[in-house]
Amino acid sequence: MDAQRQPSFVAQDRDASDALLEQVNQAIQSALPLRIQGANSKAFLGREVAGEVLDTRIHSGIVTYDPTELVITARAGTPLSVLNAALEDAGQMLPCEPPSYSDGGAGDATVGGMVAAGVSGPRRPWSGSVRDFVLGTRVITGLGKHLRFGGEVMKNVAGYDLSRLMAGSFGCLGLITEVSLKVLPKPRLCTSIALEMDSATALARLAQWGQEPLPISAASHDGRVLRLRLEGGEGSVAAAHDRLGGESIDPAYWRALNEHRLDFFTDGRPLWRLSLPVSTAALDLPGDQLIDWAGAQRWLKSDASGDEIRRIVSAAGGHATCYSHGLDDSPFQPLATPLLRYHRQLKAQLDPHGIFNPGRMYAEI
Amino acid sequence: MNILYDERVDGVLPAIDKQQLLQALQSRLPDLDILHREEELRPYECDGLSAYRTTPMLVVLPQRIEQVQTLLKVCHERGVPVVARGAGTGLSGGALPLEKGVLLVMARFNKMLHIDPAGRYARVQPGVRNLAISQAAAPYDLYYAPDPSSQIACSIGGNVAENAGGVHCLKYGLTVHNLLKVDILTVEGEHMVLGSEALDSPGFDLLALFTGSEGMLGVITEVTVKLLPKPQVARVLLAAFDSVEKAGRAVGDIIAEGIIPGGLEMMDNLAIRAAEDFIHAGYPVDAEAILLCELDGVEADVHADCDRVRAVLENAGATEIRQAKDEAERVRFWAGRKNAFPAVGRLSPDYYCMDGTIPRRELPGVLKGISALSEEYGLRVANVFHAGDGNMHPLILFDANQPGELDRAEALGGKILELCVKVGGSITGEHGVGREKINQMCAQFNSDELTLFHAVKAAFDPAGTLNPGKNIPTLHRCAEFGAMHVHMGKLPFPELERF
Repeated sequence: MDAQRQPSFVAQDRDASDALLEQVNQAIQSALPLRIQGANSKAFLGREVAGEVLDTRIHSGIVTYDPTELVITARAGTPLSVLNAALEDAGQMLPCEPPSYSDGGAGDATVGGMVAAGVSGPRRPWSGSVRDFVLGTRVITGLGKHLRFGGEVMKNVAGYDLSRLMAGSFGCLGLITEVSLKVLPKPRLCTSIALEMDSATALARLAQWGQEPLPISAASHDGRVLRLRLEGGEGSVAAAHDRLGGESIDPAYWRALNEHRLDFFTDGRPLWRLSLPVSTAALDLPGDQLIDWAGAQRWLKSDASGDEIRRIVSAAGGHATCYSHGLDDSPFQPLATPLLRYHRQLKAQLDPHGIFNPGRMYAEI
Repeated sequence: MNILYDERVDGVLPAIDKQQLLQALQSRLPDLDILHREEELRPYECDGLSAYRTTPMLVVLPQRIEQVQTLLKVCHERGVPVVARGAGTGLSGGALPLEKGVLLVMARFNKMLHIDPAGRYARVQPGVRNLAISQAAAPYDLYYAPDPSSQIACSIGGNVAENAGGVHCLKYGLTVHNLLKVDILTVEGEHMVLGSEALDSPGFDLLALFTGSEGMLGVITEVTVKLLPKPQVARVLLAAFDSVEKAGRAVGDIIAEGIIPGGLEMMDNLAIRAAEDFIHAGYPVDAEAILLCELDGVEADVHADCDRVRAVLENAGATEIRQAKDEAERVRFWAGRKNAFPAVGRLSPDYYCMDGTIPRRELPGVLKGISALSEEYGLRVANVFHAGDGNMHPLILFDANQPGELDRAEALGGKILELCVKVGGSITGEHGVGREKINQMCAQFNSDELTLFHAVKAAFDPAGTLNPGKNIPTLHRCAEFGAMHVHMGKLPFPELERF
């Protein structure tokens, strides 16, 4: 049966898992923590980690990619740009469109960092998040074992879902060495439009449109203009464009939004990410806001204190993350008491020697 | 090897005096319905995996969350195992009771708490039925996407505990992809919220970890699910093939065309004939395999995609292609598939349903392997396949009244699952491990991986009183099970004692 397994793409890049395992085992023996990094493109997210650098980029390359299986498997150090290029060649994409946050958008961010940070792009409310596309991971654990969880199949409920737990855990629970991701065909047609309206009107319209089967795949509002991306077949995109009206715009807008390269992000004030229930009305907060994810994600440039921002955002059922490094000692919103206790217990079980990115998410883990 | 709880390999359970526990619960929870007489306990001795039965020590039927909280506290203080159960439709024995444990039935928590059309979510109690959510959302033209075939009966709490699937997973995902928030009680009875009404939450993704954790990490007390706008139209194509290989290749060809069908199902000849005899769906009974391909979405797109899929199917060598001409025919095409299990049940006194997943490209080889195993064990196997997402449901036909047939069916099932693992698949796509596949977990995971699973469990339930013996086998069980599967002259887990 093995003879039939002929993935259409096999990269000859480097498997350095033995070296990574060796470094983890040394850290365990010496009880000296590791600071895991890929391209360091998201170093600004989270707290400072004191530890020896473990660079995943030595472990790189696409392991298997068979477009008809809709699955790609890549080593943690593989550049996201390489992954995206392979998908592009086959007319497919990673629907959660993770940002690279790399200078100029060249995209040297790594696949491992992308999963560990779990940050998703403009399509997220419609497509799902990075975590939703994780099918399997290989992980070096806090006991110095290189293990495999999940796999390359769409459905797999054997054992606990450690693969998806790894997504967004910022390397605090183990070292991701390889990931398998579900991918999808690119839409046949993509059109971006702009409509002038104020934010209250935009949020109300988005809440209404969200209840209809419209082919919207991105929605952002800058206080003055609502920008929408329509994706799907020729018929549905044309019909939606006819119905919604508006001027066509350059789709490069979405990339600039995703990579934080719009003018909004150049403002010197601290940047906060607000995650809110999708139907949250306009929020009165000091500073400027940019609405993304049809209202479920809002970017805030503000000098207001973290406490004030979090009080307002929490009251609306959301949470706030500080994207300006070093400004807030708890860049991720603090956890409720029982939740924090179970985070600590989980960390203690999976990383008993406390070597994986200690303190990156919270001081206690 | 028997799958009923065996203290020698699954771990010693505390000896609990039933009368003392009953009195303690009655005094702490005077208004809690507690079943304790043999004849009352009997209906709860199994879930959907009815071949295995154990009478629980006590059954409790709470109606308020505070009762569950106190119950968990009392049981935690006394070290009493607690097995949570929803509607009891699970096929892997995840809610199989323990003689030395309390069965916590959550079915009475059946209130729809809030439907928010603008927020596109429904907040419900765990005992609400899967289909009832879509029915309640229907006036807003919204629905809840995951649709396990037991959806008229299964409860959402059980769906979360098992990470239930259905026929639309390729396009719409599993339960885990359609949740916003789950409220749980810890083993100590402490309330905790995982996720939120926003699309993400700070901290580790415990919502993903708890989904599919089979009642091992906490008890689900409330579920907030995402609702989606109903697709404008759905069309279904039926294609017949003279070989299973051609049908399998056609599935890959459809996806290569850039089309993600809402549902894509395959049935083999035995399943086709069984379904046709039972439902009269109009299936071509001479075909070696049929594909059912449903396309849903906006009308113009669906129309164009139907033409594309038809061309793909023709090129793939379909001997016949039919498009359901109206809604009645579409429902009839699906009725054959959705009733495939009971239809196969008419061919044989008993059947045993498997749930392995494989990379789709492995389908022809795996089907050949199943056919060889079927001959070797002298039992017929009908194949029903969620072709889009690689989830197979081989149905093993047997007669439990014939001595040895159940054992043979189980042994054959185990071999099929091991075959799935060998080609890079999984022993369970959507039914869960429960007790049923506890031994096959030893084939899919090595001792280090199982040890890590036990570490996760220990973070939430160090004493191991939530649903003991399910989902993750002990290393001792794997040593015992592995002893029957000596691989290349080497015993797995050589470090463990055996008995």
